[in-house]
Amino acid sequence: MHRSIIAFTCLAAALLFATPGWVQEKITLKSTSVDLPDPGALFPGPGADAVNSNCLACHSTEMVLTQPAFPKATWEAEVQKMIKVYKAPVDEKDVGAIVDYLVRTKGKS
Amino acid sequence: MAHMVSKRPSNSIMGNSALAAAMSRRTALWQLGLAGLSLAAAPAFAEDMIKLPLPSDPRERPLTHDFPQKGTMILQRTRPPLLETPFDVFDRGVFTPNDQFFVRWHWAVIPTSVEINTFKLTVRGHVNQALSLSIDDLLKLPQVELAAVNQCSGNSRGFYEPRVPGAQWANGAMGNALWTGVRLKDVLDRAGVKAGAVQVRLNGLDDPVVPDGPDFKKSLDIEHARDGEVMIAYAMNREQLPLLNGFPLRLIVPGWYSTYWVKMLSDIEVLDKADDNFWMAVAYTIPDTPHASVTPGQTGVKLVPINKMVPRSFFTNVADGTTLPVGSAPLRGIAFGGDSGVAKVELSIDSGKSWQATALGKDHGKYSFRQWQANVLLGAKGSHSFMVRCTNQAGDVQPGTPNWNGSGFMRNVIETVQVTAS
Ligand code: HEC
Repeated sequence: MHRSIIAFTCLAAALLFATPGWVQEKITLKSTSVDLPDPGALFPGPGADAVNSNCLACHSTEMVLTQPAFPKATWEAEVQKMIKVYKAPVDEKDVGAIVDYLVRTKGKS
Repeated sequence: MAHMVSKRPSNSIMGNSALAAAMSRRTALWQLGLAGLSLAAAPAFAEDMIKLPLPSDPRERPLTHDFPQKGTMILQRTRPPLLETPFDVFDRGVFTPNDQFFVRWHWAVIPTSVEINTFKLTVRGHVNQALSLSIDDLLKLPQVELAAVNQCSGNSRGFYEPRVPGAQWANGAMGNALWTGVRLKDVLDRAGVKAGAVQVRLNGLDDPVVPDGPDFKKSLDIEHARDGEVMIAYAMNREQLPLLNGFPLRLIVPGWYSTYWVKMLSDIEVLDKADDNFWMAVAYTIPDTPHASVTPGQTGVKLVPINKMVPRSFFTNVADGTTLPVGSAPLRGIAFGGDSGVAKVELSIDSGKSWQATALGKDHGKYSFRQWQANVLLGAKGSHSFMVRCTNQAGDVQPGTPNWNGSGFMRNVIETVQVTAS
């Protein structure tokens, strides 16, 4: 088991780099700050209010829009999973409109 | 009639060969879903969109350059980021460049700034001495290095039929890198694991968006955590990790699916009982059946946490729908054995009726991608089915029929490309 982790010096010299000097080079880390792109987009089309107000807190629209068509039962289960497992704060009275939108845009029998 | 000649790989496998140049245009056309059209006729969106070869819509995804420390990536989701590696990247060498290595986060609370001088890795729980280690402390421990494939459990989920919910990846939620860091064992030994320890739980700096949402944590059995192979990496291909790949520290679990490779690793907790948190007990579980396969709708199957990877192999210089001139055609690709090395990669050009060995490229260790190469002779015009399959050193071979499970995990069916000789 231990053989496949090879000490830095052996691997660098034997396999990857012809330059023996390389092994002296230490890895240094620099503090890093980045900006992540703004997701922005809203769900398109009519009847999107319920998904826009309940389904964008944790992930951007692509989580839903890249999905293929699924039967209504799959979409109902997904919405319930968001509520029960991931604790999505979904307004109970919006569930019907959310499922309607998902079935209309991504539904199949 | 097509007939095949095996050939030793050239020395320039990882460099730019004339072949790569010749093939890249075709690959690019396929990637854009424009095979048959000339580049000049490409519609305006061709610059920014890629068409994945998924079995049903939607297949188009934007190509993005908008993510920090990242080059061109396939945008699967903006927040939290899911970025897929464009497949032509795998034709350029066995090590996946950091700036095109796939990205996968579960929760959107990801620190965008990490200060190296104040960052701490804590080790606590069932240990003699809790630790709070700085990056400098870690850099003083014995340094180890290992080439290993990092592959999402759900890589290729988009190809499942019937389709299943989840990130709709094509084959690019994987990558291979040279990881540099320290053994998890050495860190655990410093803290002194107490008798009765059962598992080691790893947590990163990312957090759920809602306070009661399940924080993403993963656990390994104590023997596994101390096997001397599991590492804490501070470098990837000899550079610090891109923030989105887990800067400053990432757990490396050679041969196991990426779900265990905790990013922005900040906390190591030794447990005296098995971890029952959501991400171990519910999510990332697979049917305890051959190839983790069930029939759609099947119930009452025992589930176990996903674990070791299985062998896979791919064509990287031809894609489905490629047209090749009649004559000799050099074929190549990559393979990996999963949790053991690549024993052989075989090619079939007659829809799987007969198989012939390919020549393997340089061996970077049992957990790495390995390049394969062969020359085939396309004797007559017409359509050919090319297939490639990997057998690993444990004797496991890729199956001829796809597996299926409701999570879309562990796909490793033999890959087929339809090629036309003209
Ligand atoms: C409280 C946070 C939260 C909210 C709000 C939320 N989701 Fe999710 N959702 C998640 C998480 C976490 C995942 C898993 C993400 C991952 O794997 O990257 C997920 C994944 C998904 C997936 C992929 C399939 C799966 O089950 O993993 C779909 C589809 C989805 N959500 C739809 C929705 C819809 C529709 C809504 C609105 C009702 C919604 N989500 C609201 C947290 C949330």
